[in-house]
Parts: sequence; C-alpha cells; structure tokens
Amino acid sequence: MQPEKQSKSLTRQILQSISESSLVPFLAILTAVVVGGVIIAFVGGNPILAYRGLIEGSFGSTKALSETAVWATPYIFAGLAVALAFKGGLFNIGAEGQLAVGAVASSLVGYALPEWLGFDLPLIVHLPLAIVFGVLMGGLWAGIVGALKAYTGGHEVINTIMMNYIALNTTSFLLNGVMKDRSPTNVIARTPLIAESARIPPIFDGLRVHWGFVLALLMAFLIWWLLNKTTLGFQIRTVGLNPDAAKYAGINVKRIIILTMVFSGMLAGLAGTIEVTGLNYRHELGFSIGYGFDAIAIALLGKSHPLGVVLAAFLFAAMRNGATRMQFLTQMPVDLISMIQAFILLFVAADAIVRYIYRIKSKGERVVLTRGWGG
Amino acid sequence: MIGQVKQSPIRIITSMLATTIAVATPLTLGALSGVYCERSGVVNIGIEGMMLTSAFFGWLAAIYMFHIFGMGIGISITIGLIFAILTGLLMALLHAVLSITFKVDQIIGGTVINILAVGLTGFLNRQLFFGKGSVFGGTVPNSPGVLPTLHVPITEIFSSLCGTSAGCLENLQAINRVFDQKPIAISAVLLVFFSHYVLFNTRWGLRSRAVGEHPQAADTVGINVTKMRYLNVLIGGMFAGLAGAYFTIESVPSFEPLLTNGRGFISLAAMIFGNWTPIGAWAASLVFGASQALLINMQIFRDVIPPQWSFLQESYIVGLTPYILTMFILTGIIGRTIPPAADGVPYEK
Repeated sequence: MQPEKQSKSLTRQILQSISESSLVPFLAILTAVVVGGVIIAFVGGNPILAYRGLIEGSFGSTKALSETAVWATPYIFAGLAVALAFKGGLFNIGAEGQLAVGAVASSLVGYALPEWLGFDLPLIVHLPLAIVFGVLMGGLWAGIVGALKAYTGGHEVINTIMMNYIALNTTSFLLNGVMKDRSPTNVIARTPLIAESARIPPIFDGLRVHWGFVLALLMAFLIWWLLNKTTLGFQIRTVGLNPDAAKYAGINVKRIIILTMVFSGMLAGLAGTIEVTGLNYRHELGFSIGYGFDAIAIALLGKSHPLGVVLAAFLFAAMRNGATRMQFLTQMPVDLISMIQAFILLFVAADAIVRYIYRIKSKGERVVLTRGWGG
Repeated sequence: MIGQVKQSPIRIITSMLATTIAVATPLTLGALSGVYCERSGVVNIGIEGMMLTSAFFGWLAAIYMFHIFGMGIGISITIGLIFAILTGLLMALLHAVLSITFKVDQIIGGTVINILAVGLTGFLNRQLFFGKGSVFGGTVPNSPGVLPTLHVPITEIFSSLCGTSAGCLENLQAINRVFDQKPIAISAVLLVFFSHYVLFNTRWGLRSRAVGEHPQAADTVGINVTKMRYLNVLIGGMFAGLAGAYFTIESVPSFEPLLTNGRGFISLAAMIFGNWTPIGAWAASLVFGASQALLINMQIFRDVIPPQWSFLQESYIVGLTPYILTMFILTGIIGRTIPPAADGVPYEK
C-alpha cells in the first residue's frame, strides 16, 4: 500500500508542478493577446475579427491543421536548439545562421550529388545523406562558437550573432553565384530544386504535412531523454547550473560547452534541412530570417522543457499560419503577429511583470539562463 | 581605363578617413551607450533594437511633420532628430524597468528589446503606409531630407600658406574634407571626449563606476544604486537614439526594415575591445568603420586600384571583415579586457 500511496502523491505533485509552471506562461500569452488587441483597435482594426481569423486560419479545417503542423516543424527543431543551449547555460542567438547553413548544405547535396556522381541515388541513401550533411554543417557553425567560448571565453551571444551575419553573407554569395538556379525564368537568389530522391514524402495525400513533423516530435522526446536520462544530459545541466561546481565534480566543462553548442547547432541545422527536404525542395535567400528570434521566444515560452517547446512551437505556428486568414478578414498586416509574439516573449521573460499584474507570489529560486560577459 | 582619372594618394587617404569617421558614427554612439549602461552594471545587448526603433520613429516624425503638418524642411528634420533621441530614451526605460526593477536576466531583457524593435517597426512601417485607410495611400513618401554637412573653414584659413601652388591648394581641400562632417558625426566625436571626462574625472562618473563595480559598497556610503543605474541606462538610451538618428536623419532620408544590420552588436564588440572606456571604444569603432569605409572607397576609386588588389572589390569578402574582426577581438588574443565587476548582476540589498 505504501508505495502506491507515494506514487499517487507523486502524480499529484507532478500535475501541480505542471499547472504551476504553465500558469505564468499562460497568463503571459493572455496579457500579450490583450495588448495585441488594444494595438489592433488603435490602428483601426477589429480585434475580435482579427483573432477569429487567426483561429480559423490555424485550426479551422484539415488543411489549416496540416499547415499549422508544417509551420510547427522547423519551430520545434529550432526551439529545441535554443532550449538545449539554455540548459547548458549557453545562449544560442545563432539558430538563424545555423539553420541557413544547414539548408544550403542540404540543398547542395539534394540537387548536385546525382549530377556529380552521374547516376541517380535511391531515396534510402540520398535523403539521409542530404539530412546528415545539413545537420553537420549546423553543428559545425555552432561548434566554432562553442570552441571559442570554451577556450578563449569569447561570449557566445556576440559570436553567434556574428556567425549569423557571416552565414547570411555567405548564403547570399553562394545563392547569387555558384549555387544559383540557372533556369532561364529565375531572377531570385535560390538553388535549383533538389532531386526527387532527396525529398521527404508527405504523410497524407493532398496535404503538405510531411514525416519531418513526426521526426520533430520524436526529436523532442529524444532531447528530453538525453537531458534527463543520460550522464551526458546530467553533465550538460550541471554545467548550465554551475560551471564551477561541475568542474570540481570532475566534469570536463570545456568539452560539455562545445558539445552543447554542437548539439544545439545540429538541431537548428536540422530545422533548415527539414524545410528543404520536406517542404520547399530548395533553399531561397532570406528564408531563414526571423527563425533565430522566434526560436528564442519559443524556448523561453516553453521554459526550455522539450514538451513546453513543442507546445510553444504550436502556438507560434498557429499564429503564423492563421495570420493570412486574419489579414484577409481585417486587412491587418501579417507583421502584427511578430509584435504580438514580441509581447508574449516580453511577458514570459519578465515573468515578474506578470506576477505583479496578477498578484502571483513567486516561489522557488530563479532560473539562471545566461551569465554576464565574464562567463 | 586605368589612369584615366588621376588620383593623388592624398585624395584617396583623406577620402578614406572622411568615410571612416562618418560610418563609424553609429558604432561610436552605440559603444558609448554601452559604456554608460555597463559601467553602472547593466548589460545592454538591446542597443541594436534601440537604434532600429529610434531610426524608425525619428524618420516617421520627420515625415509626419513635413507631409501632414506642413512644417518646413529644417524644423521637420530637427523634430525627427528629437523624436529619435526620445525613442531611444523610452526603449532604455523599458530595459531599465526590466533589468533594474524587475531584475529580469539582462541578456534576455535586451533580446526582448531587439525582437520587439523588429516587430514594432515592421508592423508600423507596413500598417501606416500600406494599411487600410493610410493617409499616405499606399506609398512611402520621402522624408524632407537629411542633415547638411557642416563646413570647417580649414582651406580658407590656411590657403595663404600655399601661395600660388595649385597642387597644394588641392591637397588642402582634400584634407578639409576629413573635417567636413555632418552634425551627428561631429557630436559623436565630441561626446566621446565629454563622456571620457565625465566618467573618469567627475563625481558623477565615480559614482556610476562604483555601482557597476561594487554596488554593496556604493550603497553603504550612501549612493542610490537603483537611481544611478536608471540614469545611466537612460543616458545610454539617448546615445542609442542618436545613433539611430544617424541612419534616417543624417545618412539617408529613408527607412527599410532591419536597416541597422547588426551595427548595434558590432558597437558592443567595440565597447568590449575598448575596455569599457569611451576613447577606447571610439578607437575600436574607427577600426570597424575603416573596414566598411574600405568597401565604399573601393567603389569610388575603382579605376585606380591595381589589378592584384581588385579582389577586394568583391563586396562579399570585405563585407565579412567587421564580423570576423569582432569574433577575433572577443577571443582576447589582442589583449584581455576586464568588464565592470558587477556588470549584468541585479542589485539585491
């Protein structure tokens, strides 16, 4: 009887902790929606109609649901990337650049490999190659920053931002040059279409949602497992909480910092890769812009927990997907969504404000997400 | 067509210097903004966002004054400039409330400001000009103009020294161009020395540095830590606002989304490289400015560049230098820098 009783109270404890930990994010979203509504009304729109459009456009039909899942896929990967780095005490602002290099690398393998080899590859070989190459490039891009952090103390916040600009310039250079789609009608900076054998098949006929979405959910589980059930995950979390203590406990802090950044970059690279192989079948310049900041917002909203990231990614995906319908109903520009998302982030990051507004007492210690320049 | 236009070396050098000072302006002001914030113990990575919002609202105010309220060109631009500085102040107030009062993680707070800036400017830019019932009816009107270049009369004063030599006069005019800058560029340089003096030679500066190094000790001797930090962050915000004004009030009379293009972050690197001192940060900003000026001058003097150097005209390679330079500087290879001891740490009594 004793163990059963204990497990019961444990379940209750978990439920209680979930409802407590999701209360503040929920209220943050609510506050941001209200603020967003005020802004819509202020610029002469109808907030009710706008939000109705948002909901209809994201959940109103099978197609809308499929599109929301399509939007959510890269958000889950990129959100996990930032969340994993947070767990390791690192702030990865560079998901955008890692995503871009991942996408470029995958497209290159996707369209050029059969040409170089001179014969077509089967899907079972070509698709994994394209994905792996993109993931490795993302990992490398972030790994450089991790190594700089570990060995020289160069702050990852500035360095990931610099790597974003380097990625953007390099991508622009490649997509306007050697990798440009040479078809006579093309005027934009984009790669040629990747081969059929490098494409992720859709799950259902007629809908765009593809197996990459399932992979994203699996990846969320995998990251949860890594962080909570493995020695490496324990080491990552320890370094994140207290690098000095980790060092005295015999953890190789430098190695963990680099590994955390590499894993984070690989996840971000995967976001780009899956967009190329599962959805767009090519990489277009400017596609990656905005994902980095969205990923940060998603990771913060999800409290860096893989399940939270998935839920937050869905919220953001629904907003992006529903924005078109909202624009149709109210003529509000799609950019409005970015602003509401910024407010969500503001209220989530500054949970003290939300606690202040709704008079919620803070309990427990504050979570340290980043450290100053000294790091 | 090499050698078709004869360019004396002094013209190239002075043109390079003049462009360097001009393009280093937002970096210098951004770095100064960072120095004020961080010397008092508040990390501010939101400078980029503050610059972007200020650039937008300054430009918007100038347009409204000119097109809607029918004011003169000069007064519209001046009001735009004031609005830019006030916008910087307001954004800084948000940062101060988040990081000092609510003790939010300061890097997260700065990121929030950066994201908010992109969302806000993107939305308003679209809504105000292309939205339903826009007073501008779907077009972006030109701003009334930009601040004029101020002429420093060096040629006039020293021309007698040249006598009748035409070459000498030409060189003098070339040198004069280095000093003929626009108002924000000139004030940026003056503010560097002013800030350096204030920070290291006044009671205010000592107190600001005290709350950034050891707030407990400062508190013990009766310095109001919260107040000092608030004021310094707000001053920093006005500097960031002036940096934003550089883009749309001084440089070009137009706005485009994301026009600051990472210069807020580069100015942070300049601040670190300059070891959190105004003059050091200025020197670092000039180094970054020079790499950008090189790109511009490569275009101006493209006819006289020897073929073996023409690869530098490939904007891709030169365009990367500020970013790679920043990362290189942060490694500390060029010399370790030491941040203020309490930088980024909220003060708890």
